[in-house]
Parts: sequence; C-alpha cells; structure tokens
Amino acid sequence: MGRKLLLEHAHVEGIDSYEVYRKHGGYRSVEKALKNMTPDEVVEEVKKSGLRGRGGAGFPTGLKWSFLAKPEGVPRYLLCNADESEPGTFKDRFLMEKIPHLLIEGMITSSYALGANTSYIYIRGEYSWIVKILEKAIAEAYAAGWLGKNILGKGYDLDLYVNPGAGAYICGEETALIESLEGKRGNPRIKPPFPAVKGLWQCPTVVNNVETIAAVVPIINDGGEEYAKLGIGKSTGTKLISACGNINKPGVYEIELGVTVEQFLYSDEWCGGIKNGKQLKALVAGGSSVPILPHFLVTKNIRGEQRLMTYESLADGGFESGTMLGSGGFIVYDEDQCIVRNTWNFTRFYHHESCGQCSPCREGTGWMEHVLWRLENGQGKMSDIDLLADVAKKIEGNTICPLGDAAAWPVNSAIRHFREEFEWHVREPKTCMERNYGLVKEPEMYVQG
Amino acid sequence: MHAVTSNGTPFKFSDAALAEVQGLMKKYPDDRQKSAILRALHIAQEENQGWLSVPAMDHVAEVLSITPIEVYEVASFYSMYNLEPVGRYVLEFCHTGPCAIEGAEQLIEYTKLKLGIGKNQTTADGLFTIKEVECLGACGYAPMMQVGQYYHEHLTEEKIDRFINDCRAGKIDKGTWKMH
Ligand SMILES: Cc1cc2nc3c(=O)[nH]c(=O)nc-3n(C[C@H](O)[C@H](O)[C@H](O)COP(=O)(O)O)c2cc1C
Ligand code: SF4
Ligand code: FES
Repeated sequence: MGRKLLLEHAHVEGIDSYEVYRKHGGYRSVEKALKNMTPDEVVEEVKKSGLRGRGGAGFPTGLKWSFLAKPEGVPRYLLCNADESEPGTFKDRFLMEKIPHLLIEGMITSSYALGANTSYIYIRGEYSWIVKILEKAIAEAYAAGWLGKNILGKGYDLDLYVNPGAGAYICGEETALIESLEGKRGNPRIKPPFPAVKGLWQCPTVVNNVETIAAVVPIINDGGEEYAKLGIGKSTGTKLISACGNINKPGVYEIELGVTVEQFLYSDEWCGGIKNGKQLKALVAGGSSVPILPHFLVTKNIRGEQRLMTYESLADGGFESGTMLGSGGFIVYDEDQCIVRNTWNFTRFYHHESCGQCSPCREGTGWMEHVLWRLENGQGKMSDIDLLADVAKKIEGNTICPLGDAAAWPVNSAIRHFREEFEWHVREPKTCMERNYGLVKEPEMYVQG
Repeated sequence: MHAVTSNGTPFKFSDAALAEVQGLMKKYPDDRQKSAILRALHIAQEENQGWLSVPAMDHVAEVLSITPIEVYEVASFYSMYNLEPVGRYVLEFCHTGPCAIEGAEQLIEYTKLKLGIGKNQTTADGLFTIKEVECLGACGYAPMMQVGQYYHEHLTEEKIDRFINDCRAGKIDKGTWKMH
C-alpha cells in the first residue's frame, strides 16, 4: 500500500524549483486539460475519480464543482483553502513547503475546469514563509507561460494570487474565508445562498482544500478511473495524514485509503508505535473536532472488525463508537495523558476561536471551558458532568456554522467514553491534581463484541 | 478580541512599503482594494515596532480608501495583530492539545520564570513579550513557538536558553513581510 501520488517526488532535491518540478513531469495536467479536454470533461474526470474534499467534510469534489452557477458575464472564482488551523493538522503546510508547484499546477487545471480567470490561495498568516515559497513558484509559472494571458495559446487567461490571513481558525470555514478575503472580519455567512451561487464578491465560487486541488493533478494525468482504483469503496485515492502525539515517528504521511489503523499506528513505515513503550490510551483520528476514541475502539470497531483508514470505517458505529477521518490530523494519546485536561484544552481553543455571532457557540464554549477547568482542577461536582453534556447538546446543530458542532463533539465523546475518568476527578480531587487516571477499562459489551 | 488603544506616534508607510501595498491592491478587482487589508496591516505592524497603533491603522485606511472603523474592526478580530506595544521579540508559544501533551505548558512556565514576566507582558528592557497562541500547524514538531516569521520547533529548555541569549546578542532574524 505504498503508492504515492502527491508526495512521490516531495523529497527530490530542488523539487520546489520550476525546472526540477517540470523535469519530473510537472504541468502535464495543464497541457492535457487545455489541449485535449473541455472544462466539462475535466469536471467529469474528477467525478469519475471519486475524489472527496480533503479539508474535513469529505464532500465529493466533482459533484461540488458541478453545482457552480454559471451566469453569463459574471466572473467565477476558485479559492484554495490553505488556512489549516485544525489542531493536529499540518499536512497542507508540508505539501506547500516541499512541492509548491503541485498546488500551483492543480490550481491552474482546476481553475480551467471551473472557468475561473482569477483564483486565490488563502493561507493562514502564520505560514508567512510559505507565502514566499508560493509566490516564488507562481512567479516561475508566469515566466514559463502557465499563468497569465492566453495560456498555451488556447485563449484561456488565469491570474493566481496568494492572500495571507492573520490568525483566526474560523477563516478555514468557507464562507468566513470569503468574508476574510473581502477584507472583513471572518464571520461565517448564513447559508443559503451557497458560495457556488453567491460567494466571493457575490460571484459563484468554489472553495477547496490544498490537498484536494493537488489531487486533481494525478487525476487528470492518469485518468479518474485509475485514481479510483486506489482505495476502498467510496474512499478512493490517497490521503495525507499528519500524525502527532505520543508516537515514535510523528510526521506527514501519504497513505492509500484502506490501510488498517493498526498498520498505520504501529508499523515502522508510519507512526512506529507508541513512544517509550507505553500503551495507547486514546486516538483523535481526524483533527481536534472529531470524536475521541478510547483505546479499545481504535484498531477495531464495535463488532471486533479491523478498522481501516477510510471515511466509512472510521465513522463505523456513528458517534456511539466511531469517529471521522476529518482533516487527517491523527493525534495519539498514551496512558499518561489526562482526557479531562485535553478536553478542557480543546474547549478553550474553540472558545477562543468562536467568532461570537451565535450565542450557543459564543456562550456555550465559554461555559464548557469553565466547567472543564473546574473539573480538571479538582473543584468539580458530579452534576458538572451532566451539565457539560447538556451544554454541548444545546450547541450542537444550533449555530450558523459547524464550529459549534466541532466544539461539542470532543466534549460529548470524551464524556461518553471516559465518564469514569471525569467521575474520578470529582471523587479524588487531590489525586487528580497529582497524577493521571490511566487507561479506562473496556466495558463488558465491547469485550464480548 | 481586544480594545483599540489610542496612543502611538504618527505613522506613515516607508516608500518601499507604500509601493508594495499599492501593488497588493492590484491583485483584486477594481473597487475591491479593501481585500489587501490583512497584508497591509501585517506590513504596517512591522514598520510600527510590532504593533498597530491608531495612527498606523488610520494610515492603512487612508491608503486603502476605506474608513478607519473598517480597519479597527478587522485589526481587532485577528490574533496576529498586536493592539498594544510589544517587545522586540514576541515569543508566541503554542499551547494547544498536541503541543501541551509534548510539554508546552511546562516550557512556557519555564520561560516566564526565566524572563520574569507573565503572558502578554514585556520585559523591562523591551526585548521580550510572551504570548500564548493556538495551534500553529506544527503539532508533529512540538513543542514550538513562533517568533516573527519563523517557527522554532522541538523546543527544549536548552534551546530556549540559547535562543534568548542569541536575541540579547541581536543575532536573531525575525524575517519580514516585505517581499525583498
Ligand atoms: C471551523 C471550520 C474550520 C475549517 N478549517 C478548514 C481548513 O483550515 N482547511 C480546509 O481546507 N477546510 C477547512 N474547513 C472546511 C471548509 O469549510 C470547506 O469545507 C473546505 O475547505 C472545502 O474544501 P474540500 O471540499 O476540498 O475539503 C473548516 C470548516 C470549519 C467549520
Ligand atoms: S458557530 Fe460559532 S464560529 Fe460559527 S458562526 Fe456561530 S459563533 Fe461564529
Ligand atoms: S498544537 Fe501546537 S502546533 Fe499544533
């Protein structure tokens, strides 16, 4: 399962330069698309590939592209979402740093497919050195004739710009990203209208993640059907996973979807197992927003079957016993980590990042942070645990954008799977300040599977 | 989100920065030059000792032909903008989950004690400010901090000691938002 489509050449010396990138087959997808394919044929190929959005939601990319409104005389925009701020996620950074031309190439081919003549890469402001890497690559692409007027003499014009943000997780949400790109606060918009109809400057707009756009390159080079041969079922192709936490080999890995979680976590090809000979306690499989899994649900689902690194297998069991692939931010916790503390930490993050437009999110995240702080610091009451679950429930589904849900899920799932650890914090307020609870016991029903 | 403070000396972009900001405005359609605001503010902050004073924000409004309130609204929303004076080196430590489980909190405590300041405070010599920020996309290389344009990863107490010494000796390059 070692096939690489995006990072195949990432370690080639000088691949960040145009010449080396081109020598390794770079910009073929632009040639192929502009010379031999209509824009609709490019969209069709992406549909056939089964590619799903790599930003977190996993929505089929070809289908999303086909929703783009095309009113006469109105410009359309493609925006690349390089805001990458979900805790645990650092894959887009790796791709842009190592092989920036892959993103530029993907932007050109994708912009052609959508009929966009101006496209922007919205990148988080903290990645300021990557802004320069991308702008250098863009300048090289202009100089070589891949950007600008009448590309390849085919009458297609495209300008591509980088727009840095300035520190706000919420700007990764696509309508907040659009607001920010318009030079405003990153407040998500109420939908509908969807960006596909009214997005940037009220024009039809597609927003796609860095990795999604990059994947368009091999899809056009080799064909959508070839791409779809990789992976399992509706999880086609490869996925970048950024692995971190208590593992031997943190880093960014490109895997074929369908590798088992066990292989990914323990094999030396990838995470290399838990650090310092410790035991696995919990996993957050797809960035801080997805439900946390206790050790006994990580490598196997509730029926005792192998769990795979696919959208479907990670979600198996729903929120009761499953999680989500999300952004691919794979955070591993060993037996010494405290779930209450981690949940407090994540909740503080969401409270800090809430844009403040909806009261359930603005107030609810603050309340959850407060109650979790109390529990973590040995000042909690038993009733706090249900209070927390109740606040989380009241946020979920009651907000303008999914940040509210993203804040509720880590709390819900931590209480669901680690309730005894929360209760221990109330029962043993002194002990919980000095040491951690350790592994939660596997409930009977799971053992019998 | 923080309040806008009113002190600060008069501010104008340097000629090079002004030319750059005017170039940025051309990346957006006619009448959409407001979109250049985020980067214009980054550059203004850099030319104003690391923070955005009211005169600096007013100047950005003038250059972009928008109202000052539009600039204040934006400047107060995004965490990379400092609305109060800061030290020469702003140590921005990530304290989010993945960094926390790799010892970020202890390291931040260590640095605070070493410098004798708390979060959002500046040392008396005006050299250092400590900030605690959320995940910077370096979780696999934790713990980490950002100073200026650069990330410092796999931090240890020894690395912090060395870094602080290098700052005191004026050896640390913070990078620049300007193109060249
Ligand atoms: C709070 C929040 C933060 C998000 N952050 C990001 C992000 O940093 N990068 C990203 O690609 N998508 C992010 N998303 C998802 C985007 O809204 C959007 O679904 C995605 O960019 C679509 O691209 P894709 O279809 O290629 O995945 C975020 C969503 C929410 C609700
Ligand atoms: S859910 Fe939170 S972040 Fe999203 S719009 Fe509402 S207040 Fe803002
Ligand atoms: S948690 Fe510190 S960089 Fe991601």
